[in-house]
Amino acid sequence: MLTDVAMEQKLAPTQDQHMIKIQGQEVCVHYGEKQALFSVNLDVRENQVTALIGPSGCGKSTFLRCLNRMNDTIDSARVSGTITLDGENIYDKAIDVVELRARVGMVFQKPNPFPKSIYENVAYGPRIHGLAKKKADLDEIVETSLKKAAIWNEVKDRLHEAGTGLSGGQQQRLCIARAIAVSPEVILMDEPCSALDPIATARVEELIDELRQNYTIVIVTHSMQQAARVSQRTAMFHLGYLVEEGDTDKMFTNPDDKRTQDYITGRFG
Amino acid sequence: MSAATVLLIVLAIGAAAFAVAYRRAAGLRPEAGQKLHSRAGYHGAYAFVMAVLPAILFLALWKAASPAYVENAVWNDLPEQVQTAPDSNKSLLMGMVTSIGDGVRRLSDAELEQAKAGSVDLRELFAAKGVALASSGEPYMVPAAVAYNEMTDASVRYSGIGTILLALAGAVYGLTGISVRRRARNNVERIMLWGLMAASTIAILTTIGIVLSMLFQTISFFQSVPLSNFFFGTVWDPRFAAAGSGGTTGQFGLIPLLAGTLYIALVAMLFAVPIGLFAAIYMAEYASRRVRSIVKPVLEILAGIPTIVYGIFALATVGPLLRDLSAALAGGQPFILAQSVLTAGLVMGIMLIPFVSSLSDDIITAVPRAMHDGSLGLGATRSETMRRVILPAALPGIVGALLLTASRAIGETMIVVLAAGVAANLTINPGEAMTTITVKIVNQLTGDLEFTSPQTLVAFALGITLFAITLAMNVFALYIVRKYREQYE
Repeated sequence: MLTDVAMEQKLAPTQDQHMIKIQGQEVCVHYGEKQALFSVNLDVRENQVTALIGPSGCGKSTFLRCLNRMNDTIDSARVSGTITLDGENIYDKAIDVVELRARVGMVFQKPNPFPKSIYENVAYGPRIHGLAKKKADLDEIVETSLKKAAIWNEVKDRLHEAGTGLSGGQQQRLCIARAIAVSPEVILMDEPCSALDPIATARVEELIDELRQNYTIVIVTHSMQQAARVSQRTAMFHLGYLVEEGDTDKMFTNPDDKRTQDYITGRFG
Repeated sequence: MSAATVLLIVLAIGAAAFAVAYRRAAGLRPEAGQKLHSRAGYHGAYAFVMAVLPAILFLALWKAASPAYVENAVWNDLPEQVQTAPDSNKSLLMGMVTSIGDGVRRLSDAELEQAKAGSVDLRELFAAKGVALASSGEPYMVPAAVAYNEMTDASVRYSGIGTILLALAGAVYGLTGISVRRRARNNVERIMLWGLMAASTIAILTTIGIVLSMLFQTISFFQSVPLSNFFFGTVWDPRFAAAGSGGTTGQFGLIPLLAGTLYIALVAMLFAVPIGLFAAIYMAEYASRRVRSIVKPVLEILAGIPTIVYGIFALATVGPLLRDLSAALAGGQPFILAQSVLTAGLVMGIMLIPFVSSLSDDIITAVPRAMHDGSLGLGATRSETMRRVILPAALPGIVGALLLTASRAIGETMIVVLAAGVAANLTINPGEAMTTITVKIVNQLTGDLEFTSPQTLVAFALGITLFAITLAMNVFALYIVRKYREQYE
């Protein structure tokens, strides 16, 4: 039943239409003594949604956080292997992490708007990167971002009220707007719907599907249905290893690996 | 039987009650389907508390009440004309009587008879026995002293017997009714609660007691010096008059002291806040875990240095250094005195750094990690994140922390005593000496004192003013901190 839904929802795009945006090769991550990720080779294609699935502690979030080097903020984390963004190794010494994170935006598990107004939340990124010369430019960026994040109509009359006063689902869409405002090429989403109710989840999923036109999206999710609904490609992680990756349709109908089959049919995890 | 012996006996009864109750409870055999409600230790503890607690409370109350009762009884037996004499002072007279009572115990029967008859000089007699009397004493005091001794002895005897009986009764009460379903555990829990409540009550009552003890002296100060003279006077010149000479009382203007207090605190804060805050930001955001594990304890050691040591540092090192430095800069005359606002402020600032940094560090790290990650994830640098997201979010808490620190600066004594000087100037030049409320309290209360002159009583008025200022700041700070906490919970 689940897979039927997945089939109906999209017109499976063929792989060769989409360029490789991010390429991970032999990515290993250690947290102190403990190895969290073992030689992962995974490609992310442009203008597609790639879902990372797997049971808790399987390394999917760790891999996601490698893609914009958020693991750098953890003292004990060490990353080896190469990850390229448009052919450039993002772990190269010449790469400016700050610039990288502007190109690869991130949306977190729990909505985390800053304790500022809605407007200021969205304007934050453009301000620090100097994207707007005039106030009018900034206003426009804020409006476009909020529109793209499908929240403009709900907040246009109260742009100067606190972002923390919105509902959970609205907060998460505000965070997506905030990420969009710096015009990233890739958006990473770490279980963006896990703190939301089903209605808010549906809205965010719809939004993800729309955003795929302009952005490359990598999403970590615990929900098989969500992976099936929103993604074109799926990668299955288990115990720090990449078990299998491929077209979502194939993964959910005819996986190669038994562990994937067990996981998506709910036998473990 | 001394109180200590009684206490030991009570504790022994308690221990015995514990042991018996424990064994009895351990020996209980619950029927099928039932289980022992409380473990044997709880039955034992309950019996122990029942034996010891009421007995000790009884003893404490008796000890508190009996001296007053005995004194009153002896006083009422004194000759009428002594009681009603216009210059009679009850506490002085009773002091004599108790001293004589002390001495009487050391006299032989023959000597006692002589003393009662009034045929010897009491003072000489007792001095030979090693008891000093304030005056020569009157013959009527001897029988009174003997009666006093008897009553005191009886009181000790009865209290001892009563306490031990109460302990035994308590033990029996605790031991009867030990059964499978007895809720000894819950009872012990309730007694614990009372104990904890009593502890916090004592803390609160002490605070109230401190305020009251200052309040009465303050009121008597304001009976001789008008309020406006104190609160709006700009001259501090208390002029110690010789005892009993009366006449000039001097001027008690609070303003120069208050100005000095606030000025020195301001200099200290100007110095401590940026350094402490930057240290906190470094520790919270930039330092690796290893550096943090070294730097934070070291900063906290700074907080543990006694303030008198800071005072010595100011007096011996910082003061002369600033003076010589200013002399070198100006070419001759130093424009910073060794004892000055700047010296005191600087050293007090050093003392405050760990308070600012430790409190701010806690507040900064209390800002949810998600804020921090959210900002970094948008491509902000660490300092941008700090300036634009973390600090604004932590600001109310930091302001609260700074107010707490400021109230410490205002109440600080030892550094200013040594480093700020004693001259009550009213100046805006930080190179000159100023003095603070705390310094003047110390000044007014050291040396030979007469606790009725305004020169001494003013210290209490100053103390209560200081208390009011710091209390207000603390309340305000706690209000702000609490308001901030609500944001994230």
